[in-house]
Amino acid sequence: MLHELTLSGLTSKLASKEVSSRDAMQACLDRIAAVDGQVNAFMSIDRDDALSQADAADAALAKGNTHIAQPLLGVPISLKDLFCAKGQPANCSSKILGDFHSPYDGTAVRKLRDAGAVLFGRVNMDEFAMGSSTENSAFGRSNNPWDLERVPGGSSGGCAASVAAQECFGSIGTDTGGSIRQPAALCGCVGLKPTYGRVSRYGVVAFASSLDQVGPLTKDVRDSATLLGAMSGHDPHDSTSVPTDVPDYVAELGGDLKGIKLGLPREFLIDGIDPEVRAAFDAAVKQCEALGAEIHEVSMPHTEYGVATYYIVATAEASANLARFDGIRYGDRVDGDDPFSLYCNTRGRGFGEEVKRRIILGTYVLSSGYYDAYYLRAQKARTLIKRDFEQAFETVDALITPTVPSPAFKAGEKMDDPLQMYLSDIFTISCNLAGTCGISLPCGFSNEPKLPIGLQFLGKPFGESQLLQIAHAYEQATPWHTERASL
Amino acid sequence: MEYETVIGLETHVQLKTKSKMFCGCVNQFGSEPNTNVCPVCLGMPGVLPVPNERAMQLTALAGYLLNCEVPGFAKFDRKNYFYPDASKDYQITQFDFPSTTTGHVDFEFGGGIERVRITRAHIEEDVGKSSHFAQHSGVDFNRAGVPLLEIVSEPDLRSADMAYEYLNALKEILIYGGISDCDMEKGMVRCDVNISVRPRGAEELGVKVEIKNMNTFSGMRRAINYEVPRQIETLERGGTLVQETRRWDDIAGITESMRTKEQAHDYRYFPEPDIMPLKPSESWLSEVRSHIVELPLARKQRFVLDYGIPAQDADVFVGNVPLGGFFEQAVSGAKNAKAIANWVINNLQARIVETGTTVDELKFEPAAIRELVGIIDAGTISNKGGQEVFSELFENGGAPEEIVEAKGLAQVSDSVELDTWCQAAIDANPGPANDVRNGKDNAINFLKGQVMKASRGKANPQVVGETLAKLLKS
Repeated sequence: MLHELTLSGLTSKLASKEVSSRDAMQACLDRIAAVDGQVNAFMSIDRDDALSQADAADAALAKGNTHIAQPLLGVPISLKDLFCAKGQPANCSSKILGDFHSPYDGTAVRKLRDAGAVLFGRVNMDEFAMGSSTENSAFGRSNNPWDLERVPGGSSGGCAASVAAQECFGSIGTDTGGSIRQPAALCGCVGLKPTYGRVSRYGVVAFASSLDQVGPLTKDVRDSATLLGAMSGHDPHDSTSVPTDVPDYVAELGGDLKGIKLGLPREFLIDGIDPEVRAAFDAAVKQCEALGAEIHEVSMPHTEYGVATYYIVATAEASANLARFDGIRYGDRVDGDDPFSLYCNTRGRGFGEEVKRRIILGTYVLSSGYYDAYYLRAQKARTLIKRDFEQAFETVDALITPTVPSPAFKAGEKMDDPLQMYLSDIFTISCNLAGTCGISLPCGFSNEPKLPIGLQFLGKPFGESQLLQIAHAYEQATPWHTERASL
Repeated sequence: MEYETVIGLETHVQLKTKSKMFCGCVNQFGSEPNTNVCPVCLGMPGVLPVPNERAMQLTALAGYLLNCEVPGFAKFDRKNYFYPDASKDYQITQFDFPSTTTGHVDFEFGGGIERVRITRAHIEEDVGKSSHFAQHSGVDFNRAGVPLLEIVSEPDLRSADMAYEYLNALKEILIYGGISDCDMEKGMVRCDVNISVRPRGAEELGVKVEIKNMNTFSGMRRAINYEVPRQIETLERGGTLVQETRRWDDIAGITESMRTKEQAHDYRYFPEPDIMPLKPSESWLSEVRSHIVELPLARKQRFVLDYGIPAQDADVFVGNVPLGGFFEQAVSGAKNAKAIANWVINNLQARIVETGTTVDELKFEPAAIRELVGIIDAGTISNKGGQEVFSELFENGGAPEEIVEAKGLAQVSDSVELDTWCQAAIDANPGPANDVRNGKDNAINFLKGQVMKASRGKANPQVVGETLAKLLKS
């Protein structure tokens, strides 16, 4: 079946004219019609637009355009609901944006289009990327294709679910504290968070500006390398994007782990890791060793401050970033007698509970008299966490950790306990604070129910090429990436 | 009790850039509402600010012109507040690490030179403009994102007039440096005034009142002249002043309370994460420094000192830089700077205004004015002849000596010819001649007139006088 192909599997069939982009797009639409009623990954699909993009890709292929020049030519890709694509909605799974349609293409979207991708469908997320389960969506939760009673993770839960349910050939999400890697782990796919500054943030509705990064969710490591290559590079519209050369990530894949030094951070292997996750992780470490890697225990002494630091920095930035949703220029407005009551009515009705909680927290930590105790201290802690990474990378090439302490949890299980929910990001958060890159890929399954378990590698800043090589070597030596959820 | 007024100003000036601070929209006044806008300056979801390089250069240059330090580290911050004219509901500004710090402005006031210290001059973005109609309000975002330089002074000003002169001096400096056009009509300059009073001799500052958003210098002067007596009267009545923000009502001519310190906003400043900190390189700064210009006051002092011209003349050359430049070229190597200044100011400037031309378009070189003054001083031509030479220069160009020749304007100073004319006048007018001989010196003017008439104006009047005296007294 066409929808079962990987991205690279599809492009080779497109190149040999075995299938057309329209076939591929139609296969996705059929698959969505068949399973998305259960998964609920997609918020909206512009079918006509999707098929006409596919036809345009077929015309380009017929004209002789190749995947060397346009590596995504004809490939259907889904987008998290916070990417701005001209003429398309960008709701961020929130009610507050109403019928807002973006008047412009963001840079990642434009680069994907330039690479020939068929960008279709907007997938679900936690409202404004705030959450770890996609339960904070104003339009209903998405379900984990491996067990529909369970969450797909978040905030890019719709991305991970759409990939795991084989409704698209890849999906683009964002990762602020683990929002790509954590759902990738819970849904059994590959999720890559690039180094801060690697992919432009222009056209991505901001949650926490100093932490957000755009990245791919795919069926395997090679597909992530392809999508990363298409989106990376300096952007004059984003002054935090870095003018570093973009390597050919796909061409550099291959090889084994001989001579690679992997760091095992002592502070990550805490009590409270699910035993099946721990066992899968230990086996993965052994597998890496068997593939030639040297395993070194390293210390990341400030790890314990990660979650607290993150929730101060991220909420502070979010409190300002989300101020613009005020009902004045776009989105839903609930009128009032004066601007103040208009703001209160609009934002009171438009935002969900978790978003309000974080805006209030962020406002508080920046308030006069509290700034030094919270925001300033958090910035100092962030510097220490970053230093932990720098020191670790002096002796090792990458870190190896579990992605999440436990497999996917049941919907509703953690909704009443935000702190428990926040802890599901405990292994992914420090990577964002340090600004470096990380990848999650499948490393096994739990028994009863069978749920995917994620393995995380964290790489040096702008070391995506090596990170992908390591992940690829592990992936190719193990069977996990070939397993699919039965829907 | 005698009180002393203490004033500090925060002056906002729009920078002279082609585009806005963080996007490519044109920085232009007077367009139809919401036509110079884009997703960035409208605060659409997902957009990012990218600092305008030219605005950063102008900010550093303004710092140098205000004798400020330009530190090696600066950053942008977000100032959070909800208001419909703020498209992001925060303003990007500079809080604790501004682009320039600790400078001063020297200016003329009360017959001397005063110095006002500058705390800082930082860059920020302007907001939109609200309009209120019968049933609704509107916001024009054309101005949103226009680069603004905020120049904060220390509380060194002591009166409304002094504040007024400081603002004029500041404006002149900024126009000089090409930092801003400072067009008041277009709202390019606005200021907030901090005023307090204290018993004369007291060290401690009184309670500060801020008057917001003054957009004319004269309005500011009137507001201070209203506010100072109000504060003094309040204190004299035994009342207390509260730290507050007041609004100036230009029509009623009064200030009224907007909000007190307790109601003040908490702006929750924090570093702008979308823009990397600014670390200007030495080469970038030296390129900026190459655009430093001479300040107006320094120019005035130099003109007075170096050329010995009166202060009023120097003021003309400070106010009209091209004309001053022309004067400097004309005066180079000349003896009579004052005469050259007179010609440049009284004749040249007048003709330039009259004909609507510019100094750059003149048909003659500055040296021609020097030559013209030279031949007048040498007695080659009369002042009247000089006017004719100047007209010819202005209209067709050329060299003064050639014009004199071509138009036959040279005065006769040759003694033989003059002796003949003078003797003839004495002979024809024995009465006045005798009067002179008898000591009535004024009578010589009649004889002089006769000689001038006979020479058809070409005789050098000074030599004529000398010759007549010689002939009558011999």
